[in-house]
Amino acid sequence: MLPYLDSLVILVLVLNFVALGVTRVRAIVSSVAAQGVLLGLLALFIHADLAPRRVIMVGFMVVLKGIAIPRLLLHAMREANIVAEIRPVLGSMGSLLLGALGTALALLFAHTLPLADEQKRLLVVPASLATVWTGLVILTTRTTAIVQVLGYLVLENGVFLFGLLLLSAMPLLVESGVLLDLFTGVFVMGIIVHHISREAPGAGPDVSARTAE
Amino acid sequence: MLYALVLVPLAMAALAALAPGDRIRPRLLPLGAAAELALCLWTIHSAHPSGASPALGGWLMLDALGRLFLVWLNVFFLITMLYAPGYLAARSDRPNRVFCANLFLVQAMMTLVTLAHHLGLLWVAMESTTLATAPLLYFNRNTRSLEATWKYLVIGSVGIALALLGSFFLAYARLSAGLEPSLLFDDLVREAHGLSVTWLHAAFALLLIGYGTKLGLAPVHTWKPDAYGEAPGLAGAILAGAVSSCAFLAILRVYQICQAAEDAGFAAEMFVFAGLFSIAIAAASVARERDIKRMLAYSSVEHMGLLVLGVGLGGKAIYGALLHLINHGLAKGVLFLSAGNIHRAYGSKQAGAVTGAMRVLPGSAALFLAGFFAIAGSPPFGPFTSELVIAGEAAHQGRMIVLLLAILGVAVVFVGMSFTVLTVVQGEPPCAPDRSHFREHAAVLAPAAIFLALVLGLGLVIPDPVDRLLVDAARALEPSR
Amino acid sequence: MFGALIQSGLHIAFAIAWPPLLLGVITRTKAFFAGRIGPPLLQPYYDIARLLKKGSVLSDATTWVFLAGPVAGLAATLIATLVVPLGDRAGFVSFPGDFLLVAALFGLGRFLTASAALDAGSSFEAMGAAREMTFSSLAEPALLLGFLVLARVSGALDLSDMMAETLFEHPGQQGAAIALMFMSLFILLLAENCRIPFDDPTTHLELTMIHEVMVLDHSGPALGMIEYARATKFFVFAALLVRAIVPIAGDRLWADWPLFATGTLAAAVLVGIVESMIARLRLARVPVLLLSACMLSGFGIILLAR
Repeated sequence: MLPYLDSLVILVLVLNFVALGVTRVRAIVSSVAAQGVLLGLLALFIHADLAPRRVIMVGFMVVLKGIAIPRLLLHAMREANIVAEIRPVLGSMGSLLLGALGTALALLFAHTLPLADEQKRLLVVPASLATVWTGLVILTTRTTAIVQVLGYLVLENGVFLFGLLLLSAMPLLVESGVLLDLFTGVFVMGIIVHHISREAPGAGPDVSARTAE
Repeated sequence: MLYALVLVPLAMAALAALAPGDRIRPRLLPLGAAAELALCLWTIHSAHPSGASPALGGWLMLDALGRLFLVWLNVFFLITMLYAPGYLAARSDRPNRVFCANLFLVQAMMTLVTLAHHLGLLWVAMESTTLATAPLLYFNRNTRSLEATWKYLVIGSVGIALALLGSFFLAYARLSAGLEPSLLFDDLVREAHGLSVTWLHAAFALLLIGYGTKLGLAPVHTWKPDAYGEAPGLAGAILAGAVSSCAFLAILRVYQICQAAEDAGFAAEMFVFAGLFSIAIAAASVARERDIKRMLAYSSVEHMGLLVLGVGLGGKAIYGALLHLINHGLAKGVLFLSAGNIHRAYGSKQAGAVTGAMRVLPGSAALFLAGFFAIAGSPPFGPFTSELVIAGEAAHQGRMIVLLLAILGVAVVFVGMSFTVLTVVQGEPPCAPDRSHFREHAAVLAPAAIFLALVLGLGLVIPDPVDRLLVDAARALEPSR
Repeated sequence: MFGALIQSGLHIAFAIAWPPLLLGVITRTKAFFAGRIGPPLLQPYYDIARLLKKGSVLSDATTWVFLAGPVAGLAATLIATLVVPLGDRAGFVSFPGDFLLVAALFGLGRFLTASAALDAGSSFEAMGAAREMTFSSLAEPALLLGFLVLARVSGALDLSDMMAETLFEHPGQQGAAIALMFMSLFILLLAENCRIPFDDPTTHLELTMIHEVMVLDHSGPALGMIEYARATKFFVFAALLVRAIVPIAGDRLWADWPLFATGTLAAAVLVGIVESMIARLRLARVPVLLLSACMLSGFGIILLAR
């Protein structure tokens, strides 16, 4: 295990709060991208050995999450003239508090879950739950289609974080699951965002203003 | 053999994608569906009596539960596909290449769901059904259908992502118990006793939310009204009858694992609660709904609630729930296909704008009305029988509060729906009734009529082979003694 | 004995002479990023000296409070520099609970500055005082929570022992908690010293000012003292930041002090870079950032407590 694994995981959590707290779409995009890259690095170094397949997967993931998705989203943003600043249903203060509440609960109660011994003290499980929670908060309180995609990506990051614990035991499952998830997130939603921008130019994906639950 | 079941629809999808001309393509749909149904009946017939003929190292297997769903899905799909040529001929203004190819893709993925004996594979198949149905919703290519598709994809994908997390939890439940991590269904069931209970509960909760989203349980049903409302009647029927059945099967698979771990009490209580909650939410929402297709969506939420309620009650109610799955699907088939006709003819689906359908479209309106009575659970239609079985079990167990709440919910939904349905069917047609060139003819009426005949038939008598499928499947869900 | 004398001498010399240089470094860094040369590094020293030589204009409406603000503000921050360990192992003064003294000294300085602003009777200055107080009600808990993290990691209650624990001596959760505290402290450093994104020290629009607007009526030596106190306050925060991550044992005279000096310069450069890269926040969003500082430290405590 990496000695400073926990500090890296903490960074993932901090990026959650950045994504919750900022209102500029561009800033959210970069924080989610940074989170994706960070997770890729975590996946690369969580075990001492470097299986070539994992390196390929991680490389693919980092390129996808760190470069391809942000560029796609920013491109869509330019095309659709999406407002650069979002107005969430719940203000950033509220979202932050909500995210903090979930994170605190995850941190406090995750150790009641029976974990394998070598993972007992790790922050990976609570961080994963907190990240999933953050994704849900973003998805439900943001109404812009692009930010909802970002919320989905955060959620997916949380799932992947948990998958790290299973990475050595069942790599195929984790990899295929995560890649399929990403496929939905990026390509399908990307296509729809594109369609939205074409259907209602100017308004941007605000046609989905009512999509919040 | 099992490969063929998945590969045939995939090949048909490729064929549909390559076929030239929007006229030929719809004709492929019933043909392909019929071929697939024949193939699956033959598979079941020729299979070993125990039903186990694993393929792909145990990842694919046809067990009792899978058999029921396989047959049901393919029967349903075939009848729906009979409607497709007539419908798509009326919509010749729209290119249907993607639509047809995706229908076959959906079929392939649904078949894969019934065969999958590996939770990872099951998850992949479920996710693929989401992706493959999305273009069906966007067939109309307008802002509203775009919004509905968006909502469907986002909420559906979130659910599916949570289900992935739940699957991870399940794998971790084995890892933390010192077992070889595996998501192979047979391994999970065989060594279920070793699973860590905390992780199993967490996994169950997430999988219930995750697949429950696809099923449309409250409170994660919010995509349903938009998706059902904006989808063409044909796609609505597929979503309501077939895709939700797949999600139900996925939930049942997880329930089987809990059952094997002798920890089903927790799961059963969650089922009962989720079921009652869905019924209550549906009852509260349907009363104000004037859009006939959105109304059908809420009715669907109610019936999905009944399904999980039945499974949660256990005993005979499991049989009832499985029977109700089929009855509900058949009745929804009638309703969606006839509602599709009404929508086509009037160019609207709002009660109030649509009135007097009985005069304009006697066939469709009669089917719609009969379908309404069927879904509302009045005798002699099938849903009456299955709801009676579920209610009987609740009474038998002495769970009077559950019984009362469920009956109250069903009654409220009946009243709420009847207002909208009767407004549509009765009364005078609006002044300029027939602007569209839509005419009723056999091709668009017959499939709905077949559905109605089946749901009526199932209410009168349950044929032996069907009964055997249901009993076998129900036994797989009862605690093993 | 002789060593202790040198350490104490160095501590006081550093605390008095070093702070204005840091402000100069920030200005130069910002100038570099803007493509300019910028004022000399020692400009803040010249400014302070010039102001101290000047006479001052006092309004008839003011009382002694108006002058007490700058004097007490400078005194409070200078005392704070004595408590905080710099390049030595312990501060000049050290006793259990002294971190509360640091927080309280900052509070006192702020209170008197705000009082002096109110004393002038100008509505602009009162507005600045109101803002300053509002934001500090969020910044102070964050500071105390951050100290609490250090107290839990080290098990000590005096700043000298608390700051002896650095990030790199504790891999794992304690290190993670210190990392969180570090981030929180950095946000506080920006907030307490009126840097971008909280406040713009170079702005000329009274309506957008927070700290600057409070001292609009001060001139001459009083303003010089305020400038000097500001530099010192920045120095204290920079020292805390440096000690949280740089392993300074405090027993190698020739290594620790240069390390510390470099660390504070690096902190100043970092602030300069941050100021060059981001824009000022809208006033309404300032509490959000301060709240996140509280949360970061709060999570640090949760991490340690669980």
